[in-house]
Amino acid sequence: MGLLKTKKIDNDEKYFFASQWSLMFKKLKKHKLAQISIVILIILYTQMLFAQFVSPYGLESFDSKVVNAPPTKVHLFDDEGIHLPFVYAYEQKRDPETFRKFYVEDKSKRYPIKLFGKGETYKFLGLFESDRHLFIVDEPAKIFIFGSDKLGRDIFSRIALGSQISLTIPLAGVFISFILGITIGSISGYFGGMVDTVIQRIIEVIRSFPTLPLWMALSAAIPARIPVIQMFLFITIILSFISWTGLARTVRSKFMSLKTEDYILAAKVAGVSDFKIILTHMIPGFISYLVVNMTLSIPGMIIGETSMSFLGLGIRPPATSWGVLLQEAQQIQNIALYPWKLVPLLYVIITVLAFNFFGDGLRDAADPYK
Amino acid sequence: MVPLVFVTSMVVFAVIQLPPGDYVTTYIATLQAEGEAVDQKIIEDLREEYGLDQSLPVQYFKWMKNIVTKGDFGYSFSYNKPVNDVIGERMASTLLISGLTMIFTYVVAIPIGIYSALHQYSIGDYIATIIGFLGMATPNFLLAILLMFASFKWFGDPMMGLMSMEYIDAPMSIAKFLDICKHLIIPVIVIGTGGTCGLIRVMRGQMLDELDQQYVLTGRSKGLEEKKIRRKYIVRAALNPIASSIGWNLTKIFSGSTITAIVLNLPTQGPIMLGALRNQDMYLAGTWLLFMSVLTMVGTLISDIVLAWIDPRIRLMDSRM
Repeated sequence: MGLLKTKKIDNDEKYFFASQWSLMFKKLKKHKLAQISIVILIILYTQMLFAQFVSPYGLESFDSKVVNAPPTKVHLFDDEGIHLPFVYAYEQKRDPETFRKFYVEDKSKRYPIKLFGKGETYKFLGLFESDRHLFIVDEPAKIFIFGSDKLGRDIFSRIALGSQISLTIPLAGVFISFILGITIGSISGYFGGMVDTVIQRIIEVIRSFPTLPLWMALSAAIPARIPVIQMFLFITIILSFISWTGLARTVRSKFMSLKTEDYILAAKVAGVSDFKIILTHMIPGFISYLVVNMTLSIPGMIIGETSMSFLGLGIRPPATSWGVLLQEAQQIQNIALYPWKLVPLLYVIITVLAFNFFGDGLRDAADPYK
Repeated sequence: MVPLVFVTSMVVFAVIQLPPGDYVTTYIATLQAEGEAVDQKIIEDLREEYGLDQSLPVQYFKWMKNIVTKGDFGYSFSYNKPVNDVIGERMASTLLISGLTMIFTYVVAIPIGIYSALHQYSIGDYIATIIGFLGMATPNFLLAILLMFASFKWFGDPMMGLMSMEYIDAPMSIAKFLDICKHLIIPVIVIGTGGTCGLIRVMRGQMLDELDQQYVLTGRSKGLEEKKIRRKYIVRAALNPIASSIGWNLTKIFSGSTITAIVLNLPTQGPIMLGALRNQDMYLAGTWLLFMSVLTMVGTLISDIVLAWIDPRIRLMDSRM
C-alpha cells in the first residue's frame, strides 16, 4: 500500500514538474484526429524526401504511345493461376466511331513488378547517383498507378516530385513569417511609443489588402524565365508577405501584457540587457502559442500556392507543383474523359486537412485551461 | 481611414509597377510575335502618348489628381477606353454575385452552426463538421471544376458563364431571368463554401461556449422557456464574433470570386484583372487593387457598426467616452 502511494506521488510530481512541451505532447497523444494527421504528414514528407526513389519515372520522361492512359491495374491472377503482382502492357486502340484513343491490356505477356529495380538515373538527395526505384516494371510495359497525363507522363511520379515544391513552400513561408513576425512584433511591443505606432500603421496598410489579389499582383511581377530556385524564393516571400502581420500583432499584444509582470521588472533592475530579456524571458512565455498559430496558417499557404500555380502565376512548367498538375484539370472535357487527373486535388485536400487537424490538436494541447 | 487609403494607393502603385518593362514593352512583344517590324520612333511615341516616359512619382501624382478631382481612374491601354467604363460594365454582375454569396453564407452558416451546437455529437453535427472541414480544405476553384463536372454529367450543361449563349443579346425577360438564376447557383455555392464552412465552425464554437455560461443557468432556474433562452440569450451573445468578422469575410468573398470567376468564365472583375496584370495594363490593375483594399476598410467599418448595433455593451462604452 505504502509503495503504491509513493508511486502516485511520483507521478503527480512528474506532472507538476514536467516542461510545457512534454505536457503538450502528452495531451496531443490523446487527440485521435491529430495523431492520424501526424502519421499522414510523416508519410507525405517521407515520400517527398525520397521522391526520386519512390517515383518509378522521372519528372520529364514521357511516352507518346501512352498519353492519357488510365491507371495501370495490378494483377495477382491470370489463367494460369496465382503469381507475384504483375501488370500487362498498354495496347492502344481507336474507337471506330469517335476516333478517340483508348487503351486495353495486352494480355500476351506478364510483366512482374520489380522492387528496387533499375530505371532512370537520378541524384539521390543531391548526394550520389542511383538508378534504383522503389517499384518499376520492364519496358515496354508501364506502371502508372494514377494514370498518365496528356504527354504520357506518370501522374504519380509527378505528384511525388511536385510535392518537393508544394510541401516545402508553406514551411519556408511559415519560417519567414515566423522570423519577421517575432522580430517586428517584439520590437513594437517592447519599446512602444513612436516605434510601435509606425509599425502598427504599416501593418494596418498591409492587412487592408485582400490576400489573393495581392498575391496575384505580386507574382505577376516575377520574371518569366528565372531558375526554379529563385522562383521558389519569390513565391515564398510573396506568401509570407501578409501572414507575418497577424503574428506580429499577437506577439505585440503578448509583449504588452508581459511587460508589466514583476519578473520582467526584476530582470531589468538586475541589469539584464533588453535583447536578453526579450530572448530568454519573454519569448519562451508564448512560443507554444506561436507554434500553434503558425501550424494553422500552413493550409492557407498551400491553397495559395496551388491557386497561383493553377492560374499560371506561381510555379511555372517545367518546374512542377500540385497546382501545375491541376492545370490539366482546368478543362471540363479533361475531367469528364480522364477523371484520374483529379488525383493531385486529393493530395491537396488531404494535406490541408491533415495540417488543420494537427493544428487543432496542438491548439487544444497548448491551452492550459483545459 | 483617409490617410490609410492614401498610403494604400501608394503601395498599390508601387506593386503594379514592379514587373519589369511596361505596357508598351508587352505590346511591342505581341506585335513582334506577329511578325511586324516596329521601329524605335513608334515605341517612343507610344510611351509619350500614354505618359509612360515620365518618372514614377509624376505618374502617380497625375493618377491620384485625376481620381480625386475628376473621379477618373485613368485609361486602360488594352481595352482602349477609360478604366471607369471597363470596370463599370462589370460592376453590376460582380456586386450581384458577391452580395448573393454573402447572403448565402450567413443564411446557411448560422442556422447550421446553431443546430450543430445544440445537438452536439449527433449525426447532424458530425455531418456538418465533416462538410465544414472538407469545405475549408478544398480550394474554391477546384470545387468549381467539380461542380461544373457534376452539372455537366447530370444536366448535360456545365453552366459556364452568367447566362446561356442565346440570351446574351436578348432583352430582359422572365426566361432570361430564370436562366441567370440557374447559372448563379454554382458560383454562389463555390464562392460561399469557404466562408460558410469557417462560419459554421465559429458559430458552433461560440454557441458551445455560451451554453455553459452562468446566465443560461440563471435563466433556466427562473423558469424561462428553453426556446427563449436560446433565442434571446445564447444566439445573441454568440453572434458577436460573427459580426466582427463581416468585414474580413467580405474581402474573402471578393478575392475568392476572382479565381472562381476565371475558372467559371463569369463576366465579373476577376478575368479582366488577371489579363490586366499579365499585360501590365497598370491603371486598370491598380484601380482594381485599390478598390479591393478600400472595400476591406469599408468592411471593417461595417463590422464595427453592426457590432455596436447588436452588442449594447459596446454602445454604452462609446457613449460614456
